[in-house]
Amino acid sequence: MNKKQWVKFSLLMGVSLVGASSVAGTAFAETGNAERGQIAAATCTACHQANGSGMNIPGGESWPRLAGLNADYIVKQLHDFKQGRRQNATMMPFASMLNDQQIVDVAAYYSQMPVTPAQGGDDADAVLLQRGEQLAERGDWDAYIVSCKSCHGPGGTGVGGQFPGIASQHAGYISAQLHAWQDDERSNDPQHLMGAIAKRMSDEDIQAVSAWYAAQDVSDQTGSAEEETTQ
Amino acid sequence: MSLSRKHLVIALAGCSLATGIVVSAFAANDSGAPSEAPYQGLVELGFPAPQEGELVHVPPTMADLEDADIHPELKKVIRYGYDLFTNTQQLRGEYVNNDMNCSSCHLGEGRQPFSAPVWAAAVTLPDFRGKNQHVNNLEERIAGCFAYSMNGTPPQYGSDEMLALSAYHQWLATGAPMYPSQPIYGRGFPAPDEPAESPDYARGEAAYQENCAICHQDDGAGHYENGEYVFPALWGDGSNNWGAGIVRVDTAAGFIYNNMPLGQPRSLSDQDAWDIAYYMSSQERPQDPRYTGDVAETLERFGPTFHKRSLYGQTREHDGHVLGDHANFGEKGNVEPWNVGVPRFESLSSE
Repeated sequence: MNKKQWVKFSLLMGVSLVGASSVAGTAFAETGNAERGQIAAATCTACHQANGSGMNIPGGESWPRLAGLNADYIVKQLHDFKQGRRQNATMMPFASMLNDQQIVDVAAYYSQMPVTPAQGGDDADAVLLQRGEQLAERGDWDAYIVSCKSCHGPGGTGVGGQFPGIASQHAGYISAQLHAWQDDERSNDPQHLMGAIAKRMSDEDIQAVSAWYAAQDVSDQTGSAEEETTQ
Repeated sequence: MSLSRKHLVIALAGCSLATGIVVSAFAANDSGAPSEAPYQGLVELGFPAPQEGELVHVPPTMADLEDADIHPELKKVIRYGYDLFTNTQQLRGEYVNNDMNCSSCHLGEGRQPFSAPVWAAAVTLPDFRGKNQHVNNLEERIAGCFAYSMNGTPPQYGSDEMLALSAYHQWLATGAPMYPSQPIYGRGFPAPDEPAESPDYARGEAAYQENCAICHQDDGAGHYENGEYVFPALWGDGSNNWGAGIVRVDTAAGFIYNNMPLGQPRSLSDQDAWDIAYYMSSQERPQDPRYTGDVAETLERFGPTFHKRSLYGQTREHDGHVLGDHANFGEKGNVEPWNVGVPRFESLSSE
């Protein structure tokens, strides 16, 4: 994280935290240590896996890939889980077990892992994937849905600490998050940027972008991933 | 599938709008008319509804292009024009010398009302243009964007790039009447109502930090990720130069109010939009290619036709900086765009 982003992030936290400026002011000044993070992440691996790949669970709660995600983004999410700004019954107790130092350490640990391939996009049909690609790359302005890449970046690989990488993320997880925004169950996005768009998406739109981004393999193991996906 | 283009006068049932809106829509099947009144989605987002007597045009999409009954070679050229429009950075260093794409300002691939939809140029030009005081056609208008908004130098008239961009503009106008007599719904970047208080730098800075900086950064330089452009630069060398239309404060306010933050149009107050526009317009950017070597002289020459609506040549109150008083042309260096300051139709001037 560069200094400017730190400052901005702290400001953002400062705005959203009432009377908790100590969190923004001190905790994030710590730098993450991946080795310490590995120890602190011992409880994370049950779901997020030892390689940070998470798992796509059709019909259940998918566990997101953390490997290769931006560290600042992970830090913010963990604080948001702890403070209740991001509601998730599964994550709440685990995030609460981590202190501020452990949060930056865990974030450093996962951010440095190589990106792993995602599941949930393989069985999507061509029409659905085409719709997903359209929304991801160009949007659907007639429905005022701006393209995903306009914030998540070219290829959906993420932009800074605010806009996470969504390529090679599990379809089940992306879909669940978009539905959560639609239903006001998730609202910890900066300036309502995601929520505003999610609410304009149909169920099919959500299914389409989730499948498409899951199928965009930006993992660092593209060799083995290709073997898996080419029938 | 055959395509039909329809002009129709529709009656909007069950609402306060009178009949008489001229709608030109492009339909990919023979059912023709849009299933609901056009741009209802925008109305729900707070945009004004089409008014009686307005030309309401719904441009075709790139999906429509695939189905269109036109020569495949033309389709290829339109697709190339679309590609240049949405990824103008592929011309970086050749015709473009900043971080912008056409679609950075003309949102929704140039189709979007209230985001200066570009099809309007295809049906209203050739026409007299105050900015350069002569009649411009579509190619000359696009060339102006390269010289100012892209801080570059344009592709030649008739070149592949120019033809492709023109073809894309004209394709978007499919079905719209040429030289329409009606005002065009959603044309340009209409400014919000005059604010209660005069636009203010300090208020603008605060509103910018709160609403814009997360993407465009504190220094307005926008954001690159892995060397690829994501959020456009609002000022500085990566942005448009002092001759671009959006340096006019009212134009900038109109863009901001109708389009920003991305995905949340018309969510800012009139006051915030004007204040942010004023703040953004009070920052430095590459010199106007019409620069004579002296900011005051340049302002005198181009004030009446252009800079009277910008802050060019004005002194910034908080630090005494004279805006545009420099010879920094950005990445372009000393290249002079070939289209700037070229008179036309001089032989007709006596008439």
